[in-house]
Amino acid sequence: MKKLSARRRHPLAAVVVLLLALAATGGLYAAFAPADKAQADETAQSLAIEEGKKLYAVGCASCHGTGGQGTSDGPSLVGVGSAAVDFQVGTGRMPAQQPGAQVPRKKNIYSQAQIDQLAAYVASLGAGPIAPTEKQYSPEGADIARGGDLFRTNCAQCHNFTGEGGALTKGKYAPSLEGVSEKHLYEAMQTGPQNMPSFPDTTMPEKEKKDIIAYIKSVNGDETPTPGGFALGGLGPVSEGLFGWIFGLGALIAVAIWVAAHTAKAKKS
Amino acid sequence: MSTTTATETKRKAPAGERVADWADGRLGIYSLAKANMRKIFPDHWSFMLGEICLYSFLIIILTGVYLTLFFHPSMNEVEYSGSYVPMQGIRMTEAYASTLDISFDVRGGLLIRQIHHWAAVIFLAGMFVHMMRVFFTGAFRKPREINWLFGFLLFVLGMFTGFTGYSLPDDLLSGTGVRFTQGAILSVPIVGTYISMFLFGGEFPGHDIIARFYSIHILLLPGIMLGLVVAHLILVIYHKHTQFAGPGRTNKNVVGMPLLPVYMAKAGGFFFLVFGVIAVIAALFTINPIWALGPYRPDQVSTGAQPDWYMGFAEGLIRVMPGWEINLWGHTLVLGVFIPLVVFGLVLAAIALYPFIESWITGDKREHHILDRPRNAPTRTALGVAWVTSYMVMLIGGGNDIFATHFHLSINSITWFVRIFYFLGPVLAFIVTKRICLGLQRRDRDKVLHGRESGIIKRLPHGEFVEVHEPLSQAQLHSLTAHEQYKPAHLGPVTDENGVKRKLTRGEKLRVKLSKGYFADGNQIPKATAEEYKEISEGHGHH
Repeated sequence: MKKLSARRRHPLAAVVVLLLALAATGGLYAAFAPADKAQADETAQSLAIEEGKKLYAVGCASCHGTGGQGTSDGPSLVGVGSAAVDFQVGTGRMPAQQPGAQVPRKKNIYSQAQIDQLAAYVASLGAGPIAPTEKQYSPEGADIARGGDLFRTNCAQCHNFTGEGGALTKGKYAPSLEGVSEKHLYEAMQTGPQNMPSFPDTTMPEKEKKDIIAYIKSVNGDETPTPGGFALGGLGPVSEGLFGWIFGLGALIAVAIWVAAHTAKAKKS
Repeated sequence: MSTTTATETKRKAPAGERVADWADGRLGIYSLAKANMRKIFPDHWSFMLGEICLYSFLIIILTGVYLTLFFHPSMNEVEYSGSYVPMQGIRMTEAYASTLDISFDVRGGLLIRQIHHWAAVIFLAGMFVHMMRVFFTGAFRKPREINWLFGFLLFVLGMFTGFTGYSLPDDLLSGTGVRFTQGAILSVPIVGTYISMFLFGGEFPGHDIIARFYSIHILLLPGIMLGLVVAHLILVIYHKHTQFAGPGRTNKNVVGMPLLPVYMAKAGGFFFLVFGVIAVIAALFTINPIWALGPYRPDQVSTGAQPDWYMGFAEGLIRVMPGWEINLWGHTLVLGVFIPLVVFGLVLAAIALYPFIESWITGDKREHHILDRPRNAPTRTALGVAWVTSYMVMLIGGGNDIFATHFHLSINSITWFVRIFYFLGPVLAFIVTKRICLGLQRRDRDKVLHGRESGIIKRLPHGEFVEVHEPLSQAQLHSLTAHEQYKPAHLGPVTDENGVKRKLTRGEKLRVKLSKGYFADGNQIPKATAEEYKEISEGHGHH
């Protein structure tokens, strides 16, 4: 130790210490960092980014800028993550047809592979929410009742009791959740598209998102039973009132006219 | 019957007669039946609107009794463990849990619930249309003003019975409505907070409101309504039914079918038709799916939260009213809620008091049993349409979010439309309706004087084309000219016979002004007189 102690004020000592510290940090990082993907995978990834960039240049760049930096017509895509791309493009919202209060859901024109490539490119611009795997969004084994409670607390004030949708200010709206895939429901909660607030895992853990998805699918899915008969849109008293007036009272008045028109024969004799 | 002698009774009378005799001896129904069995009811489909209301009311009572057997009006918290999976394990009040049980676990429960609710929606709609029929035909005139008020009270009580009824399940939608009501109560200056604390037994929501609404819904209000319905019907029989003008129909008779057997058979059959239509609707179409709404919790709310249609105009008033408030000496006056509450009362009071206002303006104290055709009372008809317009505009206001999403409109634009048209709409409706009425009056006058357009074109020898008009039958002529037309009131001379300036009250001046608005030239078309008819049909031949 004497040698070491004697040289501790050597002019190069600081450099040596720095080098040792750097080596230690690098070594530790190398030891603990997640293993690199295989070389081939990395190529595939960069290939996807490359392809995605081409698709982006055609479908997205006119509004979001050539490098995703955003323009006056569209926001920056740096940091929105692959989940946002998968939701926006997968539900047909993007590329947008025209400016307006809100971009509506429409027919999706990209294949899932193309969407993934676009997502890879946009994700490469900056880190953001990653598109979920099926294990994350599948409502398998989720608690429907708890999901209902969470839905009524967090979602119903805009999307209605069973996700039939509702109005927001100035022509904006919370869309109907009917027929929205589990993945897109999950991504919407993750990323908060358009006017929707986002519910990242820190405020709403993955488990709760699954519960909510399970609830939506149970009350507004393809197989949802309607024990009361036709649901009249599930919109509540407005549609019920209109129906009661037009078809309920309307039918009864028609019957009344029929009865009044068939009077006793005595009158005609 | 009770006077039959002993010798006659020895001969065995038919069973029916003996039963009737037995009953008459104890109830005295013979004279009652004799007086009323041949009561005449005129035939017109619009006279059956009241029957729709009566029958749907009976259906509501019948199904309501069934529902009380299974409903628990309690706000004790329980954990749901019934058969509806998406609610299992959720904490809720017994009221909500028992409504879920009625819907899923009680035999026929859901159907009965839906019949009950659909019948209520139709009952109120029926009362509204019935009331409009009475209004537009002037059937509210003397001697029927009291019965008009009875009917009006039935409508208002029906609204509140409906409100307390759909609030009972304690679901998230109706709970929001109860909260809305509490807000309206709180907005009343000075007494609001006290009334709220009294009604809810403390702070909202408390533990009492469902049980209290239950008593009000199944006992208090229907009890009063049943009494009013009976009084309403007794008065209909006592006054006898009104009828439209026609040959042989006068202010002193009623032309139609006797109560027994014709009308009873018709009415009885009609009851089953009404029941049938409502049952079919209830079996096919969902109403108030409380299972999808969730239990009420004050911290939760959903969009698209509207009351049933009959409370919709109140919802609209609140939705479109700007959120004004005044802070004075540490107290807040919430005009944004209190003004709608006042307007709510005024809208209802306006229609209730109209018969008295009209009879004051016309000064007519005679009895009227012949109905007006709406066109023959242009100002009344126009006022009625204006009232309905303002009511309907507010219904749009109440459903502004649904209209926004389904017609792809901005909710702000709808709100502004409603704000403007709540004032402008009635004015436009008044003008347009009055013009239409006057046009129809002119057409009637033309028809009487020149006959019906036959559609036959005739070429005269000198080449002119004319359309042949067919003269009307005597009966048609009578129907078109039977109505009487008021003369506008006049203020009279400014001075009395001694040359002293007459004192005119402000009320009298207003009355004369209004009377001119109703009946002066240009506000009604003078009907064709017999002299005019004679001159045209006999004088220079034709047209």
